[in-house]
Amino acid sequence: MDWGALHTILGGVNKHSTSIGKIWLTVLFIFRIMILVVAAEKVWGDEQDDFVCNTLQPGCRNVCYDHFFPISHIRLWALQLIFVSTPALLVAMHVAYRRHEKKRQFRKGDQKCEYKDIEEIRKQRFRIEGSLWWTYTSSIFFRLVFEAVFMYAFYFMYDGFRMPRLMKCNAWPCPNTVDCFVSRPTEKTVFTIFMIAVSSICILLNVAELCYLLTKFFLRRSKRAGNSKQQPNHENKEETKQNEMNELISDSCQNTVIGFSS
Amino acid sequence: MSWAFLRDLLSGVNKYSTGIGRIWVAVVFMFRLLVYVAAAENIWKREHDEFECNIKQPGCENVCFDHFFPVSHIRLWALQLIIVSTPSLLVVFHVAYRENREKQHNQKLYRNPGKIDGGLLCTYLISLILKTGLEIFFLVLFYKLYNGFKIPRLVKCDIKPCPNTVDCYISKPTEKMIFLYFLVATSCLCIVLNLSELSYLIFKYSIKCYLKRHMKKQQ
Repeated sequence: MDWGALHTILGGVNKHSTSIGKIWLTVLFIFRIMILVVAAEKVWGDEQDDFVCNTLQPGCRNVCYDHFFPISHIRLWALQLIFVSTPALLVAMHVAYRRHEKKRQFRKGDQKCEYKDIEEIRKQRFRIEGSLWWTYTSSIFFRLVFEAVFMYAFYFMYDGFRMPRLMKCNAWPCPNTVDCFVSRPTEKTVFTIFMIAVSSICILLNVAELCYLLTKFFLRRSKRAGNSKQQPNHENKEETKQNEMNELISDSCQNTVIGFSS
Repeated sequence: MSWAFLRDLLSGVNKYSTGIGRIWVAVVFMFRLLVYVAAAENIWKREHDEFECNIKQPGCENVCFDHFFPVSHIRLWALQLIIVSTPSLLVVFHVAYRENREKQHNQKLYRNPGKIDGGLLCTYLISLILKTGLEIFFLVLFYKLYNGFKIPRLVKCDIKPCPNTVDCYISKPTEKMIFLYFLVATSCLCIVLNLSELSYLIFKYSIKCYLKRHMKKQQ
């Protein structure tokens, strides 16, 4: 059980996402989860061992470390990634529910059902419309909210995104104001800024996807308002072409995202 | 043998669950298992090394650590995850038993061996009650063992061989407390999900029973 399991779960959602959603997923896995597991965890690995205070008083180091780092950067990022990935599960559940309903219709022998066998239902890619559109849009909205909340929490807890070299501490049992030195402050600052930058890119991607979905929704509504029966076929052909292109892009993206374990 | 085994087990359970049951599995994966492996484990990794007492007397730190942490939080957390997931296996075993029976008699005894009705419904309800009971048990255990869900920065210890009352400092108490509250919150969420699934199933099947009886009376 590790980040690879999350990759398996979210990989299924990839099929039913828009192109921007697929880019977001790739950015999430390559630039956030992979960087966290492969690099950032090692930078913060020795954070308490190498946090050194200029005193021999036992307990002073523990207390000062706890005072300046109520929750470690690396844990905050792990929580952020988990919370940000969770709304995608809503979409996965909705798709699974739709598939379940279609399978039930198929088994009952419903004439409305246009599938030849169960395998076709399993492999089918649902279009983002109707109730699935609402689920998808609310999942993007929640993603945005979680990203913003975590970025603010980060900024609030650590007074900005810089890691200082020296911190002055006078919590009990430190006998007086004591100098404490953080390990690898520059490296930590670099990684913090990197993670914040990628978070911002993810926020922008989510905003763009939201705007794209809203635009599509309003365009579809206006077309339907003044439309005849013949035009929808033409519209469907264009949309299926777009879907095929999206599939090609996603397949090539999937091939570059290699399964990994921490 | 690792957490992947539990993950595969729960994926099997997912097939025979109701909608709320699937949400429960998702919550256990994402908010409990994944958080445990990706974040919480590392916080408690070096808890003994970083536990520091204001004394040079050999053995005093060991004895004080053992007194204040009879079972480490993280081990209790792992035990809770494993034990709370286990009742779901009852359902898997019952379905396997049904399928085995069909194979033995070489005829279709059930309309759908995986559908929750009859005996399987009883098994499912029992598994839900067990899951809820075990969650509450572990929460009470945490509360009793550690005097509430607080982790102090400083604990005072005067057990032999410590020569007098000695100050001992716990490492990362705030971070540990945040994750402990997270554990409690997700446990409570799982309890709520289990109880709502229980009431949903009882309600659904009593309505079904009532309607069946009503139809029979009309006939």
